[in-house]
Amino acid sequence: MANLDHNPAIAVDTHAHGHDHHDDHDHEEGTFLTKYIFSEDHKVIAKQFLISGIFWAIIGGTLSTIFRIQLGFPNTDMSFLKPILGGWIEGGKLNPEFYLAMVTMHGTIMVFFVLTAGLSGTFSNFLIPLQIGARDMASGFLNMLSYWFFFASSVIMLCSLFIETGPASGGWVIYPPLSALPQAAPGSGTGMTMWLFAMALFIVSSLLGSINYVSTVINMRTKGMTFTRLPLTIWAFFFTAIIGILSFPVLLSAALLLMFDRSMGTSFYLSEIYINGEALPNVGGSAILFQHLFWFLGHPEVYIVLLPALGITSEIIAVNSRKPIFGYKAMIGSIMAITLLSFIVWAHHMFVTGMNPFLGSIFMFLTLIIAIPSAVKAFNYITTLWRGNIVFTPGMLFSIGLVSFFISGGLTGVVLGNSAIDIQLHDTYFVVAHFHLVMGSASFFGMVAGVYHWFPKMFGRMLNEKLGYIHFWMTFIGVYCVFFPLHYTGIAGFPRRYYSFTSYDAFKTFGDLNAFVSTAAIVTFVAQFLFVFNFFYSIFRGRRAPMNPWRANTLEWTTPINPGHGNWVGEIPHVYRWPYDYSKPGAEEDFILQTTPFSATLSSNLEGEVDLVEETNASKAHA
Amino acid sequence: MSSYKSPMVEQESDVAQPTLGMNPKKFSMWLFLLSVVMIFASLTSGYIVRKSEGNWVDFELPPIFWVTTIILVLSSVTHHIAFYQAKKDNLDQVKGWMIITSLLGIGFLVTQFYAWVYLVGINVYFVGNNVAGSFLYVLTGLHALHLISAIIFVLIITVKTFQFKVHSKNILGIELSTTYWHFLDALWIYLFAFLLFFH
Ligand code: HEM
Ligand SMILES: [Cu+2]
Repeated sequence: MANLDHNPAIAVDTHAHGHDHHDDHDHEEGTFLTKYIFSEDHKVIAKQFLISGIFWAIIGGTLSTIFRIQLGFPNTDMSFLKPILGGWIEGGKLNPEFYLAMVTMHGTIMVFFVLTAGLSGTFSNFLIPLQIGARDMASGFLNMLSYWFFFASSVIMLCSLFIETGPASGGWVIYPPLSALPQAAPGSGTGMTMWLFAMALFIVSSLLGSINYVSTVINMRTKGMTFTRLPLTIWAFFFTAIIGILSFPVLLSAALLLMFDRSMGTSFYLSEIYINGEALPNVGGSAILFQHLFWFLGHPEVYIVLLPALGITSEIIAVNSRKPIFGYKAMIGSIMAITLLSFIVWAHHMFVTGMNPFLGSIFMFLTLIIAIPSAVKAFNYITTLWRGNIVFTPGMLFSIGLVSFFISGGLTGVVLGNSAIDIQLHDTYFVVAHFHLVMGSASFFGMVAGVYHWFPKMFGRMLNEKLGYIHFWMTFIGVYCVFFPLHYTGIAGFPRRYYSFTSYDAFKTFGDLNAFVSTAAIVTFVAQFLFVFNFFYSIFRGRRAPMNPWRANTLEWTTPINPGHGNWVGEIPHVYRWPYDYSKPGAEEDFILQTTPFSATLSSNLEGEVDLVEETNASKAHA
Repeated sequence: MSSYKSPMVEQESDVAQPTLGMNPKKFSMWLFLLSVVMIFASLTSGYIVRKSEGNWVDFELPPIFWVTTIILVLSSVTHHIAFYQAKKDNLDQVKGWMIITSLLGIGFLVTQFYAWVYLVGINVYFVGNNVAGSFLYVLTGLHALHLISAIIFVLIITVKTFQFKVHSKNILGIELSTTYWHFLDALWIYLFAFLLFFH
């Protein structure tokens, strides 16, 4: 605090070395500890988030395959899982309480640890300084703290999986009284306590990150990088961070009151409850209050998860269609609209809590409005692709896959947004299908697309393309096979989070469908190891990356192939144009870097740009 | 592609204009305050939601809140004087006013504690009878927690002043501390007004 560096960019400058980084092993000084562990370099922190995210994704995926086995093949003898699950397998059967715990942890891990920390943590960290032309984040130290808070949170959450009473089991939304009373389920004791502590740390991590991202985007752009020249990735990360700053504190309040109810005996959420005929001391609490607080975070959270993926997609689709993104300003406008709306629709998760139907129709109205900016984005992706010289890189395929999921999952959102229809569909597999397509799969595809696209910048090597194509097609087809059928079980009324389909006559007919879904889920999960292998193998053995493998315009491709701390050797480049000058008529190449001034592209300048060159020439002559 | 138009042309072409930029630390401080605002906004909204559901036991607010409010407003003034003196390089003045500020801050916490004693005296507990009381404890307690962090911040800056690290050319630290302190002052006034209105 004492050290006033009004321009931190210069302060970090000293770290950048004067020589070229052609060699992989040409690193700056610093011990292993400061370089790879407690690094303040945004690129290293990004990789830490990414690798942690991959780790969590494997855990989260494993949990889902186990409970998919239970749903699809309820008669399987699961004794083979005894070495891992121990007492949770009883006589070859999965313990129903543990089933709930696994569903809960699957949701928590995927939403927060993979798609929030793994996605924003990786790409906001990696791309913000590189694409706006900054040496590092506004505060490298806070950035490092952000990762280590996340790490501590991860450790606690992971440990909670292994305690004897099992992890939290009240659903990722942790509604009280399930989450508030240790008597409710084994996992509601210590497991829940650990969940709350882990999430409190997670929130701190997320806030530190978000504050840094916003502050960096606003204050540390290089010369010429006006707001309307920012790549859409940055716009998306920027608004994601704003949503985080405004919504995560609310989850913290909700969790705090829950902690008081759990361990001090207050009655914020707990009303008169009898357990085994005995009354609990709590009176007058409101479980609905918790839902309001939770969903005030919960709904924005789904956009925290999705927006970065959409930003990544915008960039990758424009680059690989060799066309300017269609409707740049409309894209920014719709991100803003989504951000704003995301704060005033939360009660669509609560239509059936007995809320006033009039209030319900107001929230229904607001909810359905979100379809407009969402549709703007979807159409803009399609129109960008339209007649482009499409290059089907694996990153591009995953981005197109995202658009597909965004549309098919978004449509069911419009169905669910109707408060009357939601009476039938709420808490059924229809909702599960909806959000796994639009949030789970779409964001996951955005994240994977981002890895395929920026891997060369991260590690200086290329991922194997063939494996990438196989990975894409298996995952894309797999995801639809898994989630599409769930719409039918949902419409038929099967409730989510139930241990068994077979114990109800009405749903017995879905047995085959469920077996199919489970098979598809397991195949899709296994296919992900192609990616994991490709990822770790290519870090060490991949083909060496050229400087600008995708022939893209943005600033990160002007850094050395293996950028050191400080990103650019020498001065930070200046920016003269927007990032989407692809296939500009009259230009020599089909892309023009943001660092190319208009005076260097006289043959392709448009009317306004010609005037600009003349004006500057005039003013130069004048001076 | 005849209708191709680059929408992004702005005033300059070859001259890259510097972008707007505030001090990132100052900016981050404001973002942090925003997230604190959200914590209290959600708690007070929760208060209203819960109150509207009935089963709400009203009680008198501790009259001592008026005293605590005055103490906190005074401390805001003294902190601001310290900041003002730092800008003019009157370091001795800075030290004095910063110490007074932290003492007033501690005084605020002590009187807030007496407000809790008063509450216990009229049988309003954190745990037990009615959640109306619990809310009051949570709101004041969380605010006090933030104020403790602000006092620590003030003390750090005071130490730095003794080390000649705070002066007109190195004003950021004390400026941030002033901002935080004013913010917590305003936050308390909001909470007090809110409680007066909604209790
Ligand atoms: C057109 C836009 C959308 C509309 C109208 C919409 C509407 C809804 C509604 C009404 C529900 C509640 C269903 C119920 O529980 O009965 C819901 C659930 C959900 N939506 Fe959407 N949605 C939209 C887009 C999205 C997007 C873009 C995401 C994520 C990126 C998303 C993620 C979720 C999640 C995670 C849930 C389930 C939460 C849970 O209960 O566990 N939705 N959606
Ligand atoms: Cu929602």
